Amino acid sequence: MSGMTMTEKILARASGRKAVAPGENVWVNADVLMTHDVCGPGTIGIFKREFGRRARVFDPEKVVLIPDHYIFTQDEKAHRNVDILREFAAEQRLPHLYDVGTDRYKGVCHIALAEEGHTRPGEVLFGTDSHTCTAGAFNEFATGIGNTDAAFVLGTGKLLLKVPATMRFVFEGEVPPYILAKDLILQIIGDIGVDGATYRAMEFAGEAVMRLAMEERMTLANMVIEAGGKNGIIACDDVTRAYVGARSRKHFEEVTNDPGARFDAERRYDARRLEPVVAKPHSPDNRALARELRTVKLTRAYIGSCTGGKLTDFINAAQVLKGRRVAVDTFLVPSTTEVSTGLRTHTIDGRPLLDIFRDAGCQVSVDASCAACLGGPKDTFGRINGPEVCISTTNRNFPGRMGSKEGQVYLASPYTVAASAVTGHITDPRELLQ
Amino acid sequence: MSTTIAGPVYVLGDNIDTDQIIPAEYLNLVPTIPEEYEKLGSYALIGLARTAGEPPFVPPGAAKTPYRIVVAGRNFGCGSSREHAPVALGAAGARAVVAESYARIFFRNSVATGEIYPVETPTRLLDAFRTGDEAVLDLDAATLTNRRTGAVHALRPIGDAGPVIAAGGLFAYARQTGMIAAAPEEDGR
Repeated sequence: MSGMTMTEKILARASGRKAVAPGENVWVNADVLMTHDVCGPGTIGIFKREFGRRARVFDPEKVVLIPDHYIFTQDEKAHRNVDILREFAAEQRLPHLYDVGTDRYKGVCHIALAEEGHTRPGEVLFGTDSHTCTAGAFNEFATGIGNTDAAFVLGTGKLLLKVPATMRFVFEGEVPPYILAKDLILQIIGDIGVDGATYRAMEFAGEAVMRLAMEERMTLANMVIEAGGKNGIIACDDVTRAYVGARSRKHFEEVTNDPGARFDAERRYDARRLEPVVAKPHSPDNRALARELRTVKLTRAYIGSCTGGKLTDFINAAQVLKGRRVAVDTFLVPSTTEVSTGLRTHTIDGRPLLDIFRDAGCQVSVDASCAACLGGPKDTFGRINGPEVCISTTNRNFPGRMGSKEGQVYLASPYTVAASAVTGHITDPRELLQ
Repeated sequence: MSTTIAGPVYVLGDNIDTDQIIPAEYLNLVPTIPEEYEKLGSYALIGLARTAGEPPFVPPGAAKTPYRIVVAGRNFGCGSSREHAPVALGAAGARAVVAESYARIFFRNSVATGEIYPVETPTRLLDAFRTGDEAVLDLDAATLTNRRTGAVHALRPIGDAGPVIAAGGLFAYARQTGMIAAAPEEDGR
């Protein structure tokens, strides 16, 4: 018998089988189902329609509700949608509602899941959001699903899944100091295209990957969906164990690739030779080197989202912005309230990050949410409402993604976004990093 | 049982993402609330980056689209997991998409909701159709006929997804085939 990959081993365990192979359809037990304010109300509507008004969820402990998309807006329907989550949590006695306006409010669900100890090696996480794949950084199977599938999981705790084959991406050597995880994933997506991993798992491995901090690994797994991937996965090590152990008391079982595991494809990169990259409008695979885009004049920069709004991302941006002034409107949105607190408490050379950013002339939101990453209601902080040319640490730059169809969005690492904000044109961060 | 879908087609390119199908500003609408379901239909493909002169999918002020079938290129429905995307197309009155390939979650959501048939074509059809051409999609024969040109294009069979969509989605199919109980154990609403 040939060996299994990490993804295959998790799905075998979750479906009660000894072994599974790519292409097989298996019923998988969910360890966690996450939903938010945009897809939760529809999921709950289907759950009640199909299982009955008095139906109970499969396991209240395994359902996590994280309102995060449209929070700081005057939009009435957005508020109504959070109310639907609230009523459902009360009715079903769900312990994990991170409610708006309370001390428990968190912000962006993918980062909140990790910070609050809902991500663990070896588990299966379903979420009604395509960036649920972020949690693959924790050596688990995590994927995005629609409302109907989520309603099915809510009622039964199970979902029929096709086992994906695994593509392996190995980064050898140590990354240079001007390269971030965002450069690695944009490099890959540029190579394989926005449908290059459709129906497949993407494993990230090699010395450069395992040297990354946990939040940087999350950036890698987060953008698997931008290549069409079903899930991303990274091996478990002391970095993973330390992060998870500090946040969850629950027992977990790590997975490793079997010696004879089979991969659908393997790509190897020499991390030392990577250069800062940018995805040009209007597709995440439209890659260019940052240094080739000096002539692109910007009107705006944006740092935030599940991809680029973690504390590590702000620390990296601050390394470039400290002691400098931005030349274009620069919007900063922390992904979670924990990150928001970190902006006040984390210091560089004795200065809190928040002061560094304000001194640089950035507009910093203290409210954590998805904000303008996906446009949202018209009054969303940082939303593109006209023909802006924006460089952003977010994950998507399809037409109209951050609001107006007239906008142009360039995706890049926090270093590159910060350097470009300072100069007003797309800039290779090597020009500004000491 | 109807196995053909006939009507005008709407032609799109590659990588039509969910933000173009239904922009995020309309995600405050909940698909299971009937009037909001209708609203989602009226906004279907409103985020499309259209070139001048191209007609919109849903005419201004209208609730429904005159187009029954969408013809597209690769990776249709890429981007977010929002089920609002196949729902918007279905609520607008479209019945099928014929594309070279689909993003995984969009395909799955189309089948699970039963809103729209996501049919695959092994050949590129973008140049074989113009928006407004009358076409006939035969799901049993797996063909798409262009009535203007007379050309009959072979498609990939819809396979196991066909009966699920015909039943009205995952739950309706599961009930029809006895996989789950016939109806909610009480009066439902």
